[in-house]
Amino acid sequence: MMLPCREVMRKVSQGEDRSLAFGERVALRLHFAICRGCRNASAQLKFLRRAVRRLSE
Amino acid sequence: MAEDFKTQVEKLRPYLLRYAQLQLRSAEAAEDAVQEALVAALAGASGFAGRSNLRTWLTGILKHKIVDAIRKSSRELQPLPGEDDAAEFDTLFDERGHWSQAPDAWELPEKTAQAFMMREHLGLETAEICKELAITSTHCWVMLYRARMALRLCLQESWFK
Repeated sequence: MMLPCREVMRKVSQGEDRSLAFGERVALRLHFAICRGCRNASAQLKFLRRAVRRLSE
Repeated sequence: MAEDFKTQVEKLRPYLLRYAQLQLRSAEAAEDAVQEALVAALAGASGFAGRSNLRTWLTGILKHKIVDAIRKSSRELQPLPGEDDAAEFDTLFDERGHWSQAPDAWELPEKTAQAFMMREHLGLETAEICKELAITSTHCWVMLYRARMALRLCLQESWFK
């Protein structure tokens, strides 16, 4: 049973704030394997995080 | 021997050309950079002396030529058509050049903004943020999700499009 993109992005965001359970990580991996949109958006959230973090440098 | 070296170098031309094309805007500039690199390589063949892989050595020379080309073209300052004005924003202003609608101050809901900066900029853990803002962790995750998605969308629409 595939997670819909909406739930995937919520979990991607949460993954920045708490450690995801094994099952959640597997579900994300599976989803990323077939969904380019979520792969891109997820990489973009990581990019934002790095950018904001570097404000202090 | 010298002839053989020349042949080997020539064989690598297509590779070098692709390499240059990846980094220079015009095909012509790429061609020039490769040409200059090959001339320099043949002139300095003794410097190679089989010390390293031929392709690596040639790529190293080409890299310098590419950097030269980029620096030179930035000195020549030829703005690409369409990149020297920004007419797409003109509709924000009226005919006298004033804001059609004056921008409001940026306001993420205050707590959302606070949570986002505490998490991403200060690097605090969710638990600390919850305590500070007197919210539950679920609430905190929702706020962070909202802030991140909003920011992503904003960049997507206004910057990368």
